[in-house]
Amino acid sequence: MAGLDPAIHVLLRMQGVRRGCRHKAGHDRVLEPMSAILTLEKISKRFGAIVVADDIDLTLLRGEALGIIGPNGAGKTTLFGIVTGTVPPDGGRVVFKGHDITRMKPEHRCRMGLARSFQIPQPFDGMTVFENLVVAAAFGGGRSERDVYAGCAGLLERCGLADKANRRAGSLTLLDRKRLELARALATGPRVLLLDEVAGGLVEHETAALVDLINDVRATGVTIVWIEHVVHALIAVVDRLVVLHGGALIAEGEPAEVLRRPQVNEIYMGIEERRMGADA
Amino acid sequence: MSDFRVQHASWSSRIGTTIVVLAFVAFAAAPWWADRANLRLLSEIFAYVALASLWNLLAGYAGLVSVGQQAYVGLGAYVLFGLAMLAGVHPLAAIPLAGIAAAIVALPVAALIFRLRGHYFAIGTWVVAEVFRLLAAQTTALDGGSGTSLPAAVVVSIASSRQMREFTIYWIALAQVAVVLFAIVWLLRSRYGLALTAIRDNELGARSNGVDVARIKYCVYVAVAFGTAMVGALIFLQKIRISPDTAFSVNDWTAFVIFITVIGGIGRIEGPIIGTVIFFLLRQTLADLGAIYLLILGVVAIAVMLKAPKGLWGLIADRYGWQVFPLERRLVINKR
Ligand SMILES: Nc1ncnc2c1ncn2[C@@H]1O[C@H](COP(=O)(O)OP(=O)(O)OP(=O)(O)O)[C@@H](O)[C@H]1O
Ligand SMILES: [Mg+2]
Repeated sequence: MAGLDPAIHVLLRMQGVRRGCRHKAGHDRVLEPMSAILTLEKISKRFGAIVVADDIDLTLLRGEALGIIGPNGAGKTTLFGIVTGTVPPDGGRVVFKGHDITRMKPEHRCRMGLARSFQIPQPFDGMTVFENLVVAAAFGGGRSERDVYAGCAGLLERCGLADKANRRAGSLTLLDRKRLELARALATGPRVLLLDEVAGGLVEHETAALVDLINDVRATGVTIVWIEHVVHALIAVVDRLVVLHGGALIAEGEPAEVLRRPQVNEIYMGIEERRMGADA
Repeated sequence: MSDFRVQHASWSSRIGTTIVVLAFVAFAAAPWWADRANLRLLSEIFAYVALASLWNLLAGYAGLVSVGQQAYVGLGAYVLFGLAMLAGVHPLAAIPLAGIAAAIVALPVAALIFRLRGHYFAIGTWVVAEVFRLLAAQTTALDGGSGTSLPAAVVVSIASSRQMREFTIYWIALAQVAVVLFAIVWLLRSRYGLALTAIRDNELGARSNGVDVARIKYCVYVAVAFGTAMVGALIFLQKIRISPDTAFSVNDWTAFVIFITVIGGIGRIEGPIIGTVIFFLLRQTLADLGAIYLLILGVVAIAVMLKAPKGLWGLIADRYGWQVFPLERRLVINKR
């Protein structure tokens, strides 16, 4: 597998992380002593009568890649909101790197190393693509503006946005906005990267490139949580899969095994059918 | 890998900056080519460009839609009158002191009104301005509600001849607007400008990328109060007379300022400049019409909001990509 640009390594703050040793194949969870980097404890949330998080307990290990699937409205995006601080939970705790961050502001969580790409992209429309990345790298990474230029230029190239560096983000297509969303999350130099449906709408070779990119990021020691309806892309990256349904975790385990469970299969079929019409 | 550099200026900003510098030189020489009435008009225009630029920073960039900036215009003016008349401070030295006083007052005011969200924030700013006006009306040392005038001794201390006084105030007004614009350009080119522009475009996105939105808004509010009060102090030093109703006029210091910014282009540094020019063109041509003049302003504002929601400069910038000041960060890759 190809390595990342040196510039991106700088952004990913890869202190003390071995490269290329964390790929899915041949990865043995029992032999690697891994500690929890992010823990959700009894997280609950409802919007009116809809329960979107029903006493969720979830532990994320340092360096792992976790996939989340579930039908529309299951509460996946809301869970990311609770983790990153944009949605306050009704109850429960979020613990990141040993600190209780349940009431911490999103900007401080980001600076601690929690980055998120939004399902509905949230770009800075009036700024250029390059400037978007500079904001994320300078503030999320807590570095001076000049120091991040090189890394941002490299990231643009890696995320397929190099030729649009000086275009205003508002003029991008939805696909490019999604690329920008991922690039911005990476630019903050995360320890934990939360990806919300970044593969939707990509054609096959683009999906393959995305999978490579995420695997490369992971190889630098970044922990990944990925919500995705494009399941074949997801299982090419993650080593654990959870299924969220009605705000509850109804299945958890090795991806292939989880997908074989009849109960999951039933829901998953439902997703596929609805997706056919939804994604264009 | 390839070499790259990041460049702020473009051909349009080079032309724009040249025009701005030439205009500054021409205006600096205005006492030699303009008559007394035109000098007064120009100082008023400068004051409005400064006020609108500051409001634009507050509302257009930081998303703080205040309808109570007259609070700081009036506060600055009253501090100047108080210092000059009661404490014997030289009126020109009182201008920066008025700014400092307003910044100090803004610290707790911001802490209070920042608890209000959305529309309530706007209402809160207006309430604060009303409270300031009522307090000014209670200040018997400055003749309370009926207002007061600067005594001749204070006026003469600016300069002994009437002409020199007018020139001095004119040049200070020009310097003020130049400093305000320069400071805003400098701010927008700095790290904070990056954050402010991000906040302007997408607050959720900015927070999620690590921008401390609350702190930046707080700083902008206080800095804008500082600038607004100094502009207000000079406006009333030129008028010589002050009263609570004129100093805290929501019409003069907020409604017109919002009109200027919205038609010129909110969230763009060029907007308030274009907006002020249009506002004064309308005012000079329609002034005789009385109340109808205000009606026409309203119609113009609505038409611009419908046809060009980003204002006139927004329309131009979107179409041609122009920028008057070198603000962008353009990535230029030199392939080896
Ligand atoms: N701010 C909100 N106010 C009220 N209801 C909300 C809010 N945000 C989300 N919801 C509702 O909560 C439920 C869960 O939404 P969420 O976006 O977390 O689902 P999701 O699993 O990400 O779905 P999708 O696959 O469509 O992205 C939905 O029914 C949604 O309509
Ligand atoms: Mg979602």
